Amino acid sequence: MLSFALRRLGVLVATLFVATLIVFGALEALPGNAAQTMLGASATPEAVAALAHKLGLDQPVHSRYLAWVGGALHGDLGLSYAYNSPIAPLIGERLAVTLPLTLLSMTLASAIALSAGVYAAERRGKVGDAAVMTLSQFGLAIPNFWLGVVLVLIFSVHWRVLPSGGFPGWGDPLKAMRALILPALALGLVQAAILTRVTRSALVEAVGEDFMRTARAKGLSRRAALWRHALPNAAPPILVIAGLQFSALISGAVVVENVFVLPGLGRLIAQSIANRDVLVVEDCVMGLAGMVILVNALVDMAAAAIDPRLRRA
Amino acid sequence: MTSLRLGLVFVSLVALAALVSLVWTPYPPAALDIAHKLTAPSAAHWLGSDALGRDVLSEILAGARVSLLVGVIAVGVGLTFGVALGLVASSVGGGFEDLLMKACDFAYAFPALLLAILLTATYGPGVFNAILAIGLANVPVFAKLTRAAANASLSREYALAARAAGRGPAAIAVEHVLPNIAAPLIVQATIQFAIAILAEAALSYLGLGAQPPLVSWGRMLADAQGWLFVAPRLALFPGLAIAFAVLGLNLLGDGLRDALDPKLRARA
Repeated sequence: MLSFALRRLGVLVATLFVATLIVFGALEALPGNAAQTMLGASATPEAVAALAHKLGLDQPVHSRYLAWVGGALHGDLGLSYAYNSPIAPLIGERLAVTLPLTLLSMTLASAIALSAGVYAAERRGKVGDAAVMTLSQFGLAIPNFWLGVVLVLIFSVHWRVLPSGGFPGWGDPLKAMRALILPALALGLVQAAILTRVTRSALVEAVGEDFMRTARAKGLSRRAALWRHALPNAAPPILVIAGLQFSALISGAVVVENVFVLPGLGRLIAQSIANRDVLVVEDCVMGLAGMVILVNALVDMAAAAIDPRLRRA
Repeated sequence: MTSLRLGLVFVSLVALAALVSLVWTPYPPAALDIAHKLTAPSAAHWLGSDALGRDVLSEILAGARVSLLVGVIAVGVGLTFGVALGLVASSVGGGFEDLLMKACDFAYAFPALLLAILLTATYGPGVFNAILAIGLANVPVFAKLTRAAANASLSREYALAARAAGRGPAAIAVEHVLPNIAAPLIVQATIQFAIAILAEAALSYLGLGAQPPLVSWGRMLADAQGWLFVAPRLALFPGLAIAFAVLGLNLLGDGLRDALDPKLRARA
């Protein structure tokens, strides 16, 4: 297990390195330069040069890359041109919304997917199974940001029980959670649709294995055999797909935050794009991509911890 | 088989809407008519009009055009480069294959929508950049699938026979491997098509995709959000259109997979 973990850690570092190259490269390929983009076409060359100097954009490519990555490792993400302040605390503030939102939706999605997936697998080929599969087919087709809008129409416009957007801050945790319910539902329900299908098919596969026949033969009920033997065996593939889906969840959060005007990283990205604050966009995208890559590494290790066969891969 | 038929019907209807919109829409889709803004559905405006007096039905029809265009080009880009890379990887093999697949893994780990956001943020918003970004994200998906399927195909008797007959690796890849791995590629293409439509809608919703006067379902949704309390129906129609198109493509993909691979049908 240790050697697998070390190898996976190596892959993690390499993946993060490539991700920094992608993000940095995208910005590097900017026609003209970033300072020109920020100030607009009408800016004087002197103003552009001054801003480029202030943000360190007049340095050669390799030293800028090293300064960016080195700074990030020390918690220094550079300066925001629009907010005229360091980027790191700006992102930290916004993480206090994005992180709880993604965690809440992931928990919601897992809870729904696990119960619905087991339910469908138990009733394979019957009405209950068909109903779950049909519902999840709809879940796959609905864009999460539209589901957000529909939830607002139902719970905020029609029933007026939950806020349609905005975030009061964590000073009042109860109010803050109320503000996160609808966005988390919008994200979580769509994720649940995918994970339900994965859970069901992984379970259906496990049910056909020899150990299930043995479990039934020694007198376990169908249900007990499913929970005690099929589910642990189906867990690694479910975990790995859930990890891969985390990428969709993070991307979804970026959009859904804008539906509900939540001051998270997604909203910061949208605002920074509008402000042409490219360095902030670069840092936010890198931060979110880093989160996705990290979660996938953790999930791979968790799956390998459950199933020793995966350690050989 | 029902999902294949249902999917075909849904997708055909979306394609029909796009085609019809080329020659006829009730009103020009981008035509403003402030005097008749936010009207309820009526004989004049079947689905009502939006905040600027544009006819919603005309916009929905014209929106199908953008969604299909994005899907076709993004999947086309992904297929072209992905299949080429995958075939080369499996034909050449060895360290080159490993390197290429590692690169695909890395690219795969990077969230596609974030890549699209990054690209549209640096190169400027617009439907062309959105399509390019979504298409780029499709390349590793098809490359990995092609390489895996091609490797399986290369070990079959017909590939060995072709090699024994003196055919070169390129000829074998194109003449023998490609036709035999078409089925999984077609299935994946329908799924990526659906994903591309969702991605374009999200980008356009954020204001990074289609720009006015180009009509996109995602942008209609963004416009509608300011009028939720006044005209909630404005937010319903474009969302339903997206869901309808994506549902159709997913059903078509499932149906095709079952039809093309009988082994899977037994298990599902």
